[in-house]
Amino acid sequence: MKMQHNKAWFMVLPMLLVVAVSAIIPLMTVVNYSVQDSFGNNEFFWVGTEWFQEILASERFHNALQRTLLFSGLILVIEIPLGISIALAMPRRGIAVSFCLVLMALPLLIPWNVVGTIWQVFGRVDIGLLGRGLSSLGIDYNYTQDVFDAWVTLIVMDVWHWTSLVVLLCYSGLVSIPEVYYQAARIDGASRWSVFRFIQLPKIKRVLLIAVLLRFMDSFMIYTEPFVVTGGGPGNATTFLSIDLVQMAVGQFDLGPAAAMSLIYFLVILLLSWVFYTVMTSLDNDSNSAGRGR
Amino acid sequence: MLTLENISRRVDSQDYLVDISLEFQRGELNILLGPTLSGKTSLMRVMAGLDRPDSGRILFDGESVLGEPVQQRDLAMVYQQFINYPSLTVYENIASPLRVAGLAEAAIKSRVAQAADLLKLTAYLDRKPGNLSGGQQQRVALARALVKRASLVLLDEPLANLDYKLREELRAELPTLFAELGAVLVYATTEPSEALVLGGKTACLSEGRVEQFGPTLTLYRDPNTLMTAKLFSDPPLNTAAVKGMNELQRFIGSSDTGTLAVRAHHLRLASEIPTASTFEIRGRVDVIEITGSETFVHLQFMGQPWVAQLDGMHTFRPGAEIALEFELDDCLLFDDNGVRVRKPSGGRI
Repeated sequence: MKMQHNKAWFMVLPMLLVVAVSAIIPLMTVVNYSVQDSFGNNEFFWVGTEWFQEILASERFHNALQRTLLFSGLILVIEIPLGISIALAMPRRGIAVSFCLVLMALPLLIPWNVVGTIWQVFGRVDIGLLGRGLSSLGIDYNYTQDVFDAWVTLIVMDVWHWTSLVVLLCYSGLVSIPEVYYQAARIDGASRWSVFRFIQLPKIKRVLLIAVLLRFMDSFMIYTEPFVVTGGGPGNATTFLSIDLVQMAVGQFDLGPAAAMSLIYFLVILLLSWVFYTVMTSLDNDSNSAGRGR
Repeated sequence: MLTLENISRRVDSQDYLVDISLEFQRGELNILLGPTLSGKTSLMRVMAGLDRPDSGRILFDGESVLGEPVQQRDLAMVYQQFINYPSLTVYENIASPLRVAGLAEAAIKSRVAQAADLLKLTAYLDRKPGNLSGGQQQRVALARALVKRASLVLLDEPLANLDYKLREELRAELPTLFAELGAVLVYATTEPSEALVLGGKTACLSEGRVEQFGPTLTLYRDPNTLMTAKLFSDPPLNTAAVKGMNELQRFIGSSDTGTLAVRAHHLRLASEIPTASTFEIRGRVDVIEITGSETFVHLQFMGQPWVAQLDGMHTFRPGAEIALEFELDDCLLFDDNGVRVRKPSGGRI
């Protein structure tokens, strides 16, 4: 018996090593920095939770957090309904299917910084197609100077880049619904809306949960595209948490506060993802406990 | 009364339905029997108005319903898959066709309660279909069809996905449930035994054609064609070419062509002293299956695989030669076109 126990540990060991090297050790380095102050020469002083308190109290952090939350909220509000609508409108059979799928997948295949560069050039007032086009229409558009224009540009860019992901996930859920469901709905005389509300939506709920989680996490961590397009400006208008963090860690070389901030950032993402997951799965499971509401 | 006149349907140069003419009465159970791809579901889709036939007419109580869209037809359908609205409770599922029809809340409540009572769902009205067993889910689908009080009820292999206990239970209840509606009831199945238990009338389908239509028992006892006899046999019908079986030829008359067919349960072990009314065959045993009360002997006879369903337990070595016999009155004879050759005396089961 004793021997077998030890053997089991050997089996788990490779996985433990992988997890340790890939996740635990790097994370612990960050934790290490977050509780110490350093002055070059590899000199460290223990400061406890001071950095955490400083970050949590700082207005700079609050503003960046609010911007990031607003950005993620807008992204979800736009991309999820839009993605579902496009998925519903996509063809179910024929050559058009492969055509649409490839078309949808294209933006997903472009690297983040390239997407940023494309839109940075596209929106420029002097040479960009979009920027020139808008100004020749008499619309005053300049994402480098106007806060609203900067936000619109970033959101349109993210919608262009990532709505496809929602579309593809929803589409996979929709095509897995057996044809008989639609047939039964037709016989029942159900309206287009009822078919969506009572057949399609419940059936794609699970993939939709994944889509919401992925889009939330990705948009909450967005860095490359705003960095390339606006660089966090105008002013601090598009300085999201990630950009702020890099400025603090690399620009100012404040390793301690930056480490504390990344841990807080990580916990915020973890917490919000957990909330999303719990809310959406409980919507799924309320069936047993629901009382008779009549 | 539902009348189908010369219904044909081709999809991608493949015949789905070929010149089908049938007449289904109200209050009667009509069975479509045939293997998969024989056209049962295609025919039901045409009857429902989901597909348009390429030619032919469909009359309901004498009036053509061909142009009518599905939504406006007075129709209910139950499928092999358990189709319910996943996010609605059982109560709301059953009520859904009534809500579409715009009934008052009180009427909905009483009708749902009645249907739930008949299908033993009263205890589960607050649950969602996903939390029910397969049998209960199908009961919900049946209740939805029942509550609608449609004049055409189509049941497309409704029991195929249930285990046999539940299947037997529901099968016993089904005919009575819908009989009171006075609806035209059409039931598709692949299983001959299910058709026999349900009774009513049966249309045998094969490759999109109606082989024979009539009272279920008549079709079983007295098939007009070899195909009908084959469709209505489980275990498979035993067949052999008549040619070379002198004694049988004498029995049939002058013809020396055609096919002899014997059902598995008509075969028994040959008795010591042969009688004039029996015919003996000899075959080589392939496999035996013992269910307990019965033994299925798979054997080779004249190059054909035959099955004999014998009472009690028997053991034979594979490869052994055994002698079996059947009553001449029990066998069926068909000419080279598969059309029944009737004996003057008339057969019994």
